[in-house]
Amino acid sequence: MSEYQIQLEGVSFSRGRRRIFDDVSMAIPHGKVVAIMGPSGTGKTTLLRLIGGQLSPDRGRVIVDGRDIPLLGRRALFDVRKNMGMLFQSGALFTDLSVFENVAFPLRIHTNLPEDMIRDLVLIKLQSVGLRGAANLTPSELSGGMARRVALARAIALDPEIIMYDEPFAGLDPIAMGVVVELIRTLNDVYNMTSIVVSHDIVEASSIADLIYVISDGRIIGSGSPDDLTKDDSPRIRQFMGGLPDGPVPFHYPAPDYETQLLNNAGPGPGD
Amino acid sequence: MLARLRQFGRAGLEILSTLGRAGLIWWQAIFRRPQFRHWPLYVRQLYQLGVLSVLIVVLSGFSIGAVLALQGYNQLVRYGSESALGLGVALVLVQEIGPVVAALLFTGRAGSAVTAEIGLMKATEQLSSMEMIGVDPLQRIVAPRLWAGFISMPILAAMFSVVGIWGASLVGVDWLGVYEGAFWSTMQEGVDLRTDVLKGVVKSVIFGLVVTWIAVYQGYDALPTSEGISAATTRTVVYGSVSVLVLDFFLTLVMFQL
Amino acid sequence: MQMRTIEIVVGAFMLAGLLSLAILAVQVSGFSPTTEESTYQIHAKFENIGGLVPRAKVTVAGVIVGEVAQISLDPVTFSAVVSMDINAHVSELPTDTTAAILTEGLLGGKYIGLSIGAEDQLLVDGDEIYDTQSAIVLEELIGQFLLNQF
Repeated sequence: MSEYQIQLEGVSFSRGRRRIFDDVSMAIPHGKVVAIMGPSGTGKTTLLRLIGGQLSPDRGRVIVDGRDIPLLGRRALFDVRKNMGMLFQSGALFTDLSVFENVAFPLRIHTNLPEDMIRDLVLIKLQSVGLRGAANLTPSELSGGMARRVALARAIALDPEIIMYDEPFAGLDPIAMGVVVELIRTLNDVYNMTSIVVSHDIVEASSIADLIYVISDGRIIGSGSPDDLTKDDSPRIRQFMGGLPDGPVPFHYPAPDYETQLLNNAGPGPGD
Repeated sequence: MLARLRQFGRAGLEILSTLGRAGLIWWQAIFRRPQFRHWPLYVRQLYQLGVLSVLIVVLSGFSIGAVLALQGYNQLVRYGSESALGLGVALVLVQEIGPVVAALLFTGRAGSAVTAEIGLMKATEQLSSMEMIGVDPLQRIVAPRLWAGFISMPILAAMFSVVGIWGASLVGVDWLGVYEGAFWSTMQEGVDLRTDVLKGVVKSVIFGLVVTWIAVYQGYDALPTSEGISAATTRTVVYGSVSVLVLDFFLTLVMFQL
Repeated sequence: MQMRTIEIVVGAFMLAGLLSLAILAVQVSGFSPTTEESTYQIHAKFENIGGLVPRAKVTVAGVIVGEVAQISLDPVTFSAVVSMDINAHVSELPTDTTAAILTEGLLGGKYIGLSIGAEDQLLVDGDEIYDTQSAIVLEELIGQFLLNQF
């Protein structure tokens, strides 16, 4: 087995006419917390979907545990996914099931464990996110932070080797944010997982990441440990790490020249 | 001119790809090996789509049966042939109004709910997370709903007709005074099991398939935003109702020739 | 709601559906699950059958005893040949029985009425009724009526 759990080699991906990734390569080592950062709308979530095989790249290879994801058939793909947990931004709990059943869901699907064993496992996972007491609630009774923790318990139910977090810090109050930050690091160390955190929250992500990739305009513009990146003097990295509003990463969405558009009374979009 | 042509071509391709996606859903949800451990999901959907539609179907069936009896009686009594009331009401209900109106009610009551539910599941990433857990949403979410619609529709249509005929007999026999024996015997004489009743059942099965298919597809294909879901729900009701009415014409045409 | 309750309710729903179909079959279409009675076939030639259709009823004294099986045209005489399936238990029809095409009410459907003769010999499978009376066609009647007027 190679020292990297996940490798992307020359991946390009476009949606419609918009190029989202252009020849992106990255390598994610075993057992580390890797943060993928970049401004909103740079396709960070798309990256997770490429790794999970929900999308296929136009060009390039996505290799997880030595297997080329886009080439796998359905069955093999579902097999690889057993080894991946994913935490969605909205939590994505199944609204027709209780908290307990949500966490039990992957266990029931992929194992034939007896009911009391499932019960124990679910309670262990819920305990590790501190919500054992909420087992009988329904998802609609949970706050945003609690829902995300339950989703986390579900994502780790099968003890996956890889866990992917899609914007785990977005929209949480400071306390809940602290809890989630703490959980990601602890779970990674306790279960020896490889964690991929997609985020634009620089402070939180840097505080737990071993390795950071910064993406902008469909390319990787910088990578390294949090310390390396704060010392980096390339203007794009400095803009992002420092949170400056405008700079090499443009504040404006691509548009025709401002003055010309106003004066000529031209159409509203670049489409025509 | 060329631009217009290109536009037509693009619209055509768009329609084809829509049909293709809808067909794929159909194919993967129905024709793959049914999963029996999902049995409770099927029961739950039968409850959601079928049982919860019973009340509206029964109420509408009763009203329509009663109205048909009133109107029919007023026309027939002029020719002194009000004893044919039972026959007329039964034929109209069993062949046409039962399957069609039950399907329209089903579209509004259950079809829109299915679309909204699946669309919301998509918007809240539940479908994606299901895929990531390694479960095919087509089998877990879509297939039970398709089957439930397919099974519920003929049952609802039959209930509609039965309650309608009962309503007609209350109005015609008990209120307007049509002779009871004539009411039932002309009906039994004139309605044929193989041709009339069976045609109605076949129609309602086909309506059930089409309406649930539209509802499921619209939900599955909805844009994952609140506008997207509301537009998809509207489309379900509009496309569903129009398909039922248009299909009814063609089915009747085909069946008359058999 | 509890899964068990849902299961029971859904079961009731399915049962109600089957019951509805049964009602449609028995009470509405008057289907009775009697076994198909054996029949024998007799033929009759008519000048004009005037709208008689296959599966029309065949009656004796107003009681249904069978139905029209097939209608064809005799290629030589150009008269209509009507084949009737008569229920086996009505086996004692004399050979001089006559067949007439009658109308239910003024504008109703056509059917065949058999009038029993007096012969001792009986009709058997494949026999023909010779004494027939064609359908009364309303247009012809009106035509005759008009001719007689002038």
